[in-house]
Amino acid sequence: MKALVRALAGTGSLVRLILRRDRVVLPLWVVSLALLPVAIANTMHDLYPTGAERQSYIDIVTSTPTFLALYGHAFGHSLGAITAWRLGGTVLFVGLASLLTVIRHTRAEEEAGRRELLGATVAGRQAPLFAALLVTFVADLALGAIAAGSLVAYGLPAAGSVAFGLSWAAFGWAFAAVAAAVAQATEGARAARGISIAILGLSLVLRMAGDVGEEDGPSWVAWLTPFGWIQHIHLYGNQRWWIFVLFAGVVVLFVSCAIALCARRDLGSGLLPTRPGRAAAVGWLRGPLGLAWRLQRGSLLAWTLGFAALGAILGGIAQGGIEVIRDNPKLEVVVGRLGGSSGIADTYFTAIMGLLGLIAAGYAIGAALRLRGEETSGRVEPVLASPVSRGRWAASHLAFGILGPASLLGAAGIAAGLAYGLSTDHVARDFPPVLAQAMVQLPAVWVLVGISAALFGLLPRLAASVGWAALAACVLLEEFGRPLQLSKRVLDLSPFAHVPKLPGDDVFATPLAWLVLISAVLIAAGVLGLRRRDVL
Amino acid sequence: MNEESAVSVSGLVKTFGKTRALDGVDLSVRSGEVHGFLGPNGAGKSTTLRVLLGLIRKDSGEARLLGGDPWHDAVELHRRLAYVPGDVTLWPGLTGGEVIDLLGRMRGGLDKGRRAELLERFELDPSKKARAYSKGNRQKVALVAALASDAELLLLDEPTSGLDPLMEAAFRECVEEERSSGRTVLLSSHILSEVEALCDRVTIIRDGRAVESGTLADLRHLTRTSVAAELAREPVDLEGLPGVHDLHVDGKRVRCQVDAAGLDGLLAHLTPFGVRSLTSQPPTLEDLFLRHYEPGDAQPDRRTGVAR
Repeated sequence: MKALVRALAGTGSLVRLILRRDRVVLPLWVVSLALLPVAIANTMHDLYPTGAERQSYIDIVTSTPTFLALYGHAFGHSLGAITAWRLGGTVLFVGLASLLTVIRHTRAEEEAGRRELLGATVAGRQAPLFAALLVTFVADLALGAIAAGSLVAYGLPAAGSVAFGLSWAAFGWAFAAVAAAVAQATEGARAARGISIAILGLSLVLRMAGDVGEEDGPSWVAWLTPFGWIQHIHLYGNQRWWIFVLFAGVVVLFVSCAIALCARRDLGSGLLPTRPGRAAAVGWLRGPLGLAWRLQRGSLLAWTLGFAALGAILGGIAQGGIEVIRDNPKLEVVVGRLGGSSGIADTYFTAIMGLLGLIAAGYAIGAALRLRGEETSGRVEPVLASPVSRGRWAASHLAFGILGPASLLGAAGIAAGLAYGLSTDHVARDFPPVLAQAMVQLPAVWVLVGISAALFGLLPRLAASVGWAALAACVLLEEFGRPLQLSKRVLDLSPFAHVPKLPGDDVFATPLAWLVLISAVLIAAGVLGLRRRDVL
Repeated sequence: MNEESAVSVSGLVKTFGKTRALDGVDLSVRSGEVHGFLGPNGAGKSTTLRVLLGLIRKDSGEARLLGGDPWHDAVELHRRLAYVPGDVTLWPGLTGGEVIDLLGRMRGGLDKGRRAELLERFELDPSKKARAYSKGNRQKVALVAALASDAELLLLDEPTSGLDPLMEAAFRECVEEERSSGRTVLLSSHILSEVEALCDRVTIIRDGRAVESGTLADLRHLTRTSVAAELAREPVDLEGLPGVHDLHVDGKRVRCQVDAAGLDGLLAHLTPFGVRSLTSQPPTLEDLFLRHYEPGDAQPDRRTGVAR
């Protein structure tokens, strides 16, 4: 007990430090995510006031594999149930925000050497870990409480609303705990983020596979993931409260792992001892591009493989879902209006490629913002003190922001096109449009890269925050803009709104050309700005 | 300006918002010399170097480097110089050897034999990942990369911070070799003994202005010698002698500080009292430094003119 108290000494001061550093970001994600459910509930109420309308909406949507994959099977058609069902995938963002917060205040601090400064004060060995978890847990609870409170205030049943809020908080806790353990095991914050996000992504893919695999309800696969657990609670139905025990189990398991690892390892080290590397550089490591490749190749490869796997899964399940619809005469009428079964496939691939485009933009912004990271860490100094121009240095990392997403979307498009083509036995017919739909996302991704690049050159302090906020805004507009009934003018602010739907859209060259032009102008402005400004 | 100058800076001003980081810095480094750039933390040493590297843009004043403009001709000039930053941060996933090779190649290649020799002298393991290096070892990586290049000008920003005394000695040897091979070195430091041991000429900077510049001998000329004497009789009339300061008379013992110009007069005054022992200590750079950075010494002597 004494040892524990000693290990936790200083947690209070660290909590205050975290709150001071995150005083803007933390309330921002807590409140914006917490108010989303009530906004969606309101829209659902406007669009589908009666139970019958909601049921037919659910029937149509869950019969198309895209939305079945995205939202999963529904349990009930009350307003609460349909809201919870519609937000089944959105809880992802709660997990994402939680895990990023934990890593930002544990491994990232340690990597930057600031943890050492604190470690020498009265802060105990476990204090930073506990402080980060404490803040994240409380933030998640607040998020859940606001969500539940606003849903009750809107008039939804109290029990369902409390269970809903609790499920989001529990989801956040689970991934905060996962991130805490991963952050103890890896050596770098970048790796910790990558692994934690991969676990989150895998959880979603497992839930999707579980939903699409069976016709009547999710298969056993969905029980493997927290996304599936939320589904199985049957929110606004019979509320199976015991499922929260599963969440508690995950939290206890991963937090114990984190504590055990933290108690054993040395400051700055991970689970595995660092292996010695090359004593001399390989031949191609001779300039800024070589350096950027050396720094970024690992993450590019991992993302490309991840996209290929995702593409294969999403392409492979398409045909099964379409056949379900074809066998159902009642649905076929609805589907016919969408353009027949090939129309369904087009709609499906348009939707998933739009989603993958947003994710690829996340990769691309991160790759481009390496520039800012290199600058603030001071690592750019020796590079720019050598005969390397600023333009050449900027180009080295921007190349990954521009060509990296091409690799990601290309991998997803090829994998999805092949998987779909093989399942229909018409590879030659079905492969090209799927790949094309993946690749047309690129110009929209480039616009977001351009925004980050322009900010980096002109307003470097804002590059990271506004660069990521632009992506968040696009996600909001693309995924929730229509359900929230935003006007077309607002929806059109997202570059992804201008991506043509292939093969449906005839006019596709003009919007793409505009997007390419805008991104080129933004990137050029960024490079010109960089050439004129002081480097930190 | 002087054609022989590797670096010539005059009246350099740089502000960051309201802070005036450089407030009229003058600095002149002749080709082939080891020039000390001395000042306390925050005096503007790194900012000056960063202007010279073209990383930041000057607000006003003149700055020339190897005959070119540090901002506009940055890329061309960087072929001819090597730089060791004050705070070395490296890519955590790269090994020290990889960083040395990368930086060397970007500068146009490095001498393999010299690289191996320097690694040995600095006892650096090049196969370790940078995240596992201590501050001193990161410093060594940057030093080896700079010293193994064939750059004609070395800009070293507090290069020995984090090195242990043995490695400091190795560094001094290296700088001596650079001097004899005709390279120019601009060495910023707040370590006086280092500058004293290595530098031909010194510029002292404080609050963004150069306060003194010249050879060590020149600067010593400006400072006070401390004199302690034991006399046969108690001295009289010592007070008020020109150039004598901090006088302590304790019976037959005398201690004081004396300006170079007042030394002659002091000795002449003491001799009639019968000098039994006399010790005089030449001013160390420490004294010189303290005089310029004494708190409350608001008006530093601007005697640069005398120093030239």
